[in-house]
Amino acid sequence: MATAAGELGVIGGIAAKFRSCPATGLKVDLAAERLIKANAVVAVVYLAIGGLLGLLVALTRWPAIHLLDADTFYLVLTAHGINVLLFWIIFFEIAVLYFASAILLNCRLATPWLAWMAFVLMIVGSLLTNWAVLQGDSSVMFTSYVPMQASPNFYLGLILFAVGALIGCGVFFGTLVIAREERTYEGSVPLVTFGAITAAIIAVFTIASGAIILIPTWLWSLGYIANIDTLMYKLVWWGMGHSSQQINVSAQVAIWYAIIGLLLGAKPLSEKVSRTAFFLYILFLQLASAHHLLVEPGLSAEWKVFNTSYALYLAVLGSLIHGMTVPGAIEAAQRKNGYVNGMFEWLRKAPWDNPAFAGMFLSLVLFGFLGGISGVVLGSEQLNIMMHNTLYVPGHFHGTVVAGTTLAFMALTYLVLPLIFQRQVIWPKLAKWQPYLFGIGAGGISLFMMGAGTLGVSRRHWDITFSDALLSFDYPPAAFLMMGLNGIFAILASIGGILYILITVGTVLWGKKVDASNALESLGPMPARVLQSGSSANVAKHGSAEAHHLPGTYVIVGVFFVSFVLYYFVNWKYLSELWPMS
Amino acid sequence: MALRPPEVRVWWNEPIARGELLWIVIAFLWGLFMFGMMIYWHLEGKQNLSTEVYRIDPEVFAQRAEETTEKYKIGEEGDTGIPIVAPPPGSDVYMVARLWEWWPVLQLEKGQSYRLHISSVDWQHGFSLQPVNINLQVHPGLEHIITITPQETGVFTVVCNEYCGLGHHTMTGRIRVVEPGQGG
Repeated sequence: MATAAGELGVIGGIAAKFRSCPATGLKVDLAAERLIKANAVVAVVYLAIGGLLGLLVALTRWPAIHLLDADTFYLVLTAHGINVLLFWIIFFEIAVLYFASAILLNCRLATPWLAWMAFVLMIVGSLLTNWAVLQGDSSVMFTSYVPMQASPNFYLGLILFAVGALIGCGVFFGTLVIAREERTYEGSVPLVTFGAITAAIIAVFTIASGAIILIPTWLWSLGYIANIDTLMYKLVWWGMGHSSQQINVSAQVAIWYAIIGLLLGAKPLSEKVSRTAFFLYILFLQLASAHHLLVEPGLSAEWKVFNTSYALYLAVLGSLIHGMTVPGAIEAAQRKNGYVNGMFEWLRKAPWDNPAFAGMFLSLVLFGFLGGISGVVLGSEQLNIMMHNTLYVPGHFHGTVVAGTTLAFMALTYLVLPLIFQRQVIWPKLAKWQPYLFGIGAGGISLFMMGAGTLGVSRRHWDITFSDALLSFDYPPAAFLMMGLNGIFAILASIGGILYILITVGTVLWGKKVDASNALESLGPMPARVLQSGSSANVAKHGSAEAHHLPGTYVIVGVFFVSFVLYYFVNWKYLSELWPMS
Repeated sequence: MALRPPEVRVWWNEPIARGELLWIVIAFLWGLFMFGMMIYWHLEGKQNLSTEVYRIDPEVFAQRAEETTEKYKIGEEGDTGIPIVAPPPGSDVYMVARLWEWWPVLQLEKGQSYRLHISSVDWQHGFSLQPVNINLQVHPGLEHIITITPQETGVFTVVCNEYCGLGHHTMTGRIRVVEPGQGG
């Protein structure tokens, strides 16, 4: 502990140990800090495991290499999905929730013992599910669609993990209540905390959906329930499966705002607009289950159209708004920092050498252009006929969850290491390259899988040459090229991922201690004005940005919108050439 | 900044910049347009997914498929032993999804419409017609009836694109499309 180690604060009759953060001046509850560290470390371990499995998947789907045999491939693919999509992301998100409540609100964490219990439950659950998958009788994919059956421990592990995560959300809400009661902050919660609240509310909905479907499915696997309706399973399961990705969106957008706040002194253009955009997520994102049911028998077209559009695209509207206000906030801050020339000096002179900024900005661009646009196209009722269950689907969500969320989490790590772990990032030169390697790799994975999917290539498929099939088939040669490129970019992303793991682990173990003398420089390169003022908090204390001369942002948003519209119509053109069906 | 509480306590009353407001309006209208596009396609477009679906006992479905297959069988696909079925235009035609095949092989005429009945008799499967690229989800116990009109002649493959166990990648089927009047 650097300064004021173990300063004892008595709040509301309960003693809690604090230290003061030399970089931000925030009080850091030591109990919260330990929990953040524990959850973040486990998250990174699961990223390492899940990422490595992902590389094996990509190398198997590269026809020239075709690494694994079929049984192992399906096992590895199941484990890949669960370890990265659930365990890496949710452990990290629990850490973010504790940070956004206890740390940002200057408060002690509610019931740390309960938070530790949640942590243990999540560990036990995640180990149990992994163990079940490794046995080889639960290669049912992340989605585990009935009536295909996994071993009971597969479902039980997920249930325990979900209960743990739910308790973690409870601790977060409890901390908000304490902070409010004990007046540890003034006025409204910060925007980042508001985003975290959005994520936590959606998480509760998500986990409830998971429990509603996984508990009966577990009982079914034990023989206590005779039958699980296949369509109902998918409807409720995706209430967890897709909505949990909306937790990621909320968390990741909150992280974007946090990073640009810390590094550039950026303020939201308008508190009202940014908060309303988050609020739209809470209201409408839950309808996303429909995205997976668009070519399903047994649901009406009206139901599909309304739900898949999140009720008139109102949740998409939320993302489109953030897509403008986040670069807008950067431009406004950078112009204040002195970069006023031309249209793009603010962007050119941004701290591109700082992995936190570079990762954040790449995450923003890749999420919007790759994940966002493809998500809307994929989620259009009729267009889905050309894409359902093709590689377009994983192409889309590697654009959102990998190039978007995972990269944003990585970027945040470069600030968490000095601020929470109080260690200076080792190998800063390598760290500088890490977000580019991972971002370009993940972007390529996303793009080339979408390319292969557009050519019809099936997802979750061991052999696209159909060498063992009675009736053989050849996908077009371009599809094989796409799969090869996907493999190459997967290797690139893996190098970025391995670097991230090495830098993170190395920093925690051997990084130079951070104290008051080097706190600010430990955050990496920043604009001179922010550095001179001693803290980003001094540059822009509170509230909405006043400057609204944002020509560069308008150009970026314009390019995005034109790409979106063109790509949208190209797909309707493709659809019109399909065999008529009704 | 975004890590601190807003400075102005009643931040709701702060004005919104014109450019920001304009983008919100554009984005909202674009959303409305995309919503309308799906409805428009239901009225004017030719590629819409049928909602004619019945609950059915998988055994009954398999039996009906066998009956039509027997009735309209014109031969076998190569040396695979899989029957080729050439139903008359406009008629009801069945395709069974099961571990791990699409059965039987269908021979359809270009430009003619057929009522294609699809269902699974075991797990969920994915009907992926290639290289046309029509993809549908297939459930056991739900009979989906789609009116389909082939537009080109040739040999088309049905790939299973819903993971269905260890033989998933061997699950294929076939639809042959011939010129009108040239069927068996």
